[in-house]
Amino acid sequence: MRPHPSRRNRGLRAAGCCAFALAGAAAVWAAGWPSLATDGVHDPKGPAIGVLQEPAEALAKLPPDTTGNRVRWVRALDDGVISPRSAVLPDTQVRLRTSEVLMRRTGEMNMVRFPHREHTAWLDCSNCHDQLFERKAGATKVNMFLILSGEKCGVCHGAVAFPLTECARCHSVQRGSVEAAAFGKELVRP
Amino acid sequence: MTPWLPSPAVPMALVLACVATCGAWPQDACAEYGDVLLNKRSDRAGVRPVVFPHWFHRIRFQCKVCHSELGFKMRAGANDVLMADIIDGKFCGMCHNGQVAWGAEQCDLCHTGRRGLPSGIYGGHETRGPGKW
Repeated sequence: MRPHPSRRNRGLRAAGCCAFALAGAAAVWAAGWPSLATDGVHDPKGPAIGVLQEPAEALAKLPPDTTGNRVRWVRALDDGVISPRSAVLPDTQVRLRTSEVLMRRTGEMNMVRFPHREHTAWLDCSNCHDQLFERKAGATKVNMFLILSGEKCGVCHGAVAFPLTECARCHSVQRGSVEAAAFGKELVRP
Repeated sequence: MTPWLPSPAVPMALVLACVATCGAWPQDACAEYGDVLLNKRSDRAGVRPVVFPHWFHRIRFQCKVCHSELGFKMRAGANDVLMADIIDGKFCGMCHNGQVAWGAEQCDLCHTGRRGLPSGIYGGHETRGPGKW
């Protein structure tokens, strides 16, 4: 029996789109990092072209990602590929945290696990608290509309940290899973 | 009720837009992810706008150095950076002083942008919302 025409069309359309998407992704990947002279932001006639470091020269050595500027920045830190300075002033206290926050009210999506370790490896507490987020877990209203408008997590994610197309990197905790059970009834675990 | 699913045309359009802007027409702004263009005064002052590359700086300094110690607010456009401040050792001048990095007299190494470009964060469709100016 032949499949229903509309269903067959939908299948064809989806297959065509997948092929297009794959070809497109391959083209973007193959294009590599744009050079300063051709990135459309630098003046190609400026005297700095040829003096400043090119993105490809620096970024090609770092752990690769499929999105953003195609670097896994936290992995680059963890693997010791880069060791950016954490302070330039002598009296600055570098604050690191390891606690994790579970955001449970995510509708049909997996719950969100916020890891302090990865964030404080780059940021200071004051970068998020108390301007973007209250210190008390659950006290701040966060939703995807705000984030997509460049608020809350969206101040960085989508601009300098991995973009909002990578849903599962934040929405990573399945309800009823071992990872969810590790939080018990709490929102935070040390 | 079936859950709402985006048409497959949506990711395809995004990919094609990305290829079109970064592959075929390199003259359109498709800077490196997170590049900030500062042009509040540069054009009017007759110099090229400043391009701040996040990727270059974060290899050498953690975010907290500039966004906590140096006092740069995280919202692009929220910082009013004047050359006088830089020369006084504030903001960029904390490092761009001829010791840690090149000094303020090397105008052309920071003022590298295309004239006439509006201020903002550049680098792909993902940045149009977040990092709004």
